[in-house]
Amino acid sequence: MNAFLRLLFFVLIVRPLVLIVLGMNVRNLNRLPQDGPVIVVANHNSHLDTLILMSLFPLRLLYKIQPVAAEDYFLSNKLLGWFALNIIRIIPINRGDAIPMEQKLKNVSVALAEGNIIILFPEGSRGEPERLSKFKSGVSFLAEQNQDIPIVPVFIHGAGQSLPKGDWLLVPFFCDVFIGERLEWPENRESFMTQLDLRMKSLAAEGRFPAWE
Amino acid sequence: MIFSTIHLHKNLLIAIYGIFSLLIIASLVSILLSRFNPKQDFTELRQRIKTWWIIAGIFIFTLVLNKNLSLIFFSFVSFLALKEYLSLIPTRRSDRRVLFWAYLAIPIQYYWIGISWYGMFIIFIPVYVFLFLPFRMFLSGETDGFLRSSGTLHWGLMITVFCLSHAAYLLALNPAGNPNGGGAGLLLYLIFLTEMNDVSQYVWGKLFGKTKAISKISPNKTLEGFIGGLLTTTLLAVALAKLLTPLSLIHSIMAGLLIAMSGFIGDIVISALKRDLGVKDSGTALPGHGGILDRIDSLIYTAPLFFHYIAYLYY
Repeated sequence: MNAFLRLLFFVLIVRPLVLIVLGMNVRNLNRLPQDGPVIVVANHNSHLDTLILMSLFPLRLLYKIQPVAAEDYFLSNKLLGWFALNIIRIIPINRGDAIPMEQKLKNVSVALAEGNIIILFPEGSRGEPERLSKFKSGVSFLAEQNQDIPIVPVFIHGAGQSLPKGDWLLVPFFCDVFIGERLEWPENRESFMTQLDLRMKSLAAEGRFPAWE
Repeated sequence: MIFSTIHLHKNLLIAIYGIFSLLIIASLVSILLSRFNPKQDFTELRQRIKTWWIIAGIFIFTLVLNKNLSLIFFSFVSFLALKEYLSLIPTRRSDRRVLFWAYLAIPIQYYWIGISWYGMFIIFIPVYVFLFLPFRMFLSGETDGFLRSSGTLHWGLMITVFCLSHAAYLLALNPAGNPNGGGAGLLLYLIFLTEMNDVSQYVWGKLFGKTKAISKISPNKTLEGFIGGLLTTTLLAVALAKLLTPLSLIHSIMAGLLIAMSGFIGDIVISALKRDLGVKDSGTALPGHGGILDRIDSLIYTAPLFFHYIAYLYY
């Protein structure tokens, strides 16, 4: 039942919203793997980011897509929690420091082992619109544990303008999506983070967008 | 009734058959070209023609079905064009809500056409929206870049909504003014000639183009292309006038010249905009063509000019 509701939600609301109301210019779609397991790593400025990334994959893969999302935000109330877990199908993650990283990411690794498509925002939270904040290192633990699984960096521009953090009014802008080449595991976590950082910055620089002040 | 079908005039039917025949010929030519020159890459040409099929298909489908559906189609084109424009230009964060109001002007403008309220249609954007948006803008309190923002926003609304909606207003004209297919006949005439002018300018330019017309803005425009387009469009304007319009011979020659020249100018104006913003195409919405603005650039000029020309002479 929930799987059907989920499909309905994505066919009737998300796809028309992302493809028609917003509109996407996707560069290098062919760099995206045709199937899971894969970790898609992206910058995060808006709730729309998740919907945009989920729309990059064909509908037949919808059942495999799982965004990683903050437990404290999405499971804060019952209704939102039901929606997040059953319709978006998030993997909730604890953002606190009390739990060791391996344990926090356990469910993500399980989902990857099942061949799922994981969407991850290493900034940890939606930052200021159209600005890249510093990436948290959790993603490097995941990369270390799953060295054979492709990690694809994606840079999104326009979603933060369309629906910035803390605003409810959607104002449509075309969204540019830049897909990067998959990241290789470079022996240690520090150099992985440096590599990811550089890759994201070079993807961001491909667009030459005017500053949004 | 909102969705009452209009009665389809037999002249419209002939024109529609003509358009689809042309598309079939274009598809066949592109297939033959890639068959006999396997070394050359015709992907872009074939994509271009495929997109033409989709545009013509939706446009003619809505035109045949009924007027309101056609208006929805045109308002959707305006929406896509405005969105493309606003995504290209620098906008201010504080103007998000102002831009929302600008989008809202689209359904309202097309509603005036729906109820054939000409007086409101013709002043709504140039007067009311023009006065309202800067007012809404100062409410958010940001004065840095105020003139640039209000100026660029209104310019965008004028080209993507106001100018374009003139094409749609042809459908709201009194049907008695044109015994050859009414407003739909005029709309088909305008769109077909505008787009054929683009195509023939391009083809003549490719075949005989030597003299650069305005190398500073658009390096691909040649004098030969422009003149070839002018002659082709005028010939077509005369040939189709009896079928789709009330135009006399001399008036149809002038209509052809008007569409060819203003279409050329519209094309260059949008090229100048793109050059200023440092982009080659306005977007990627239409494979083989570029963005929406790349496709409707000529229509931005031909629609209001042809509308007022025909309205002055016959309505």
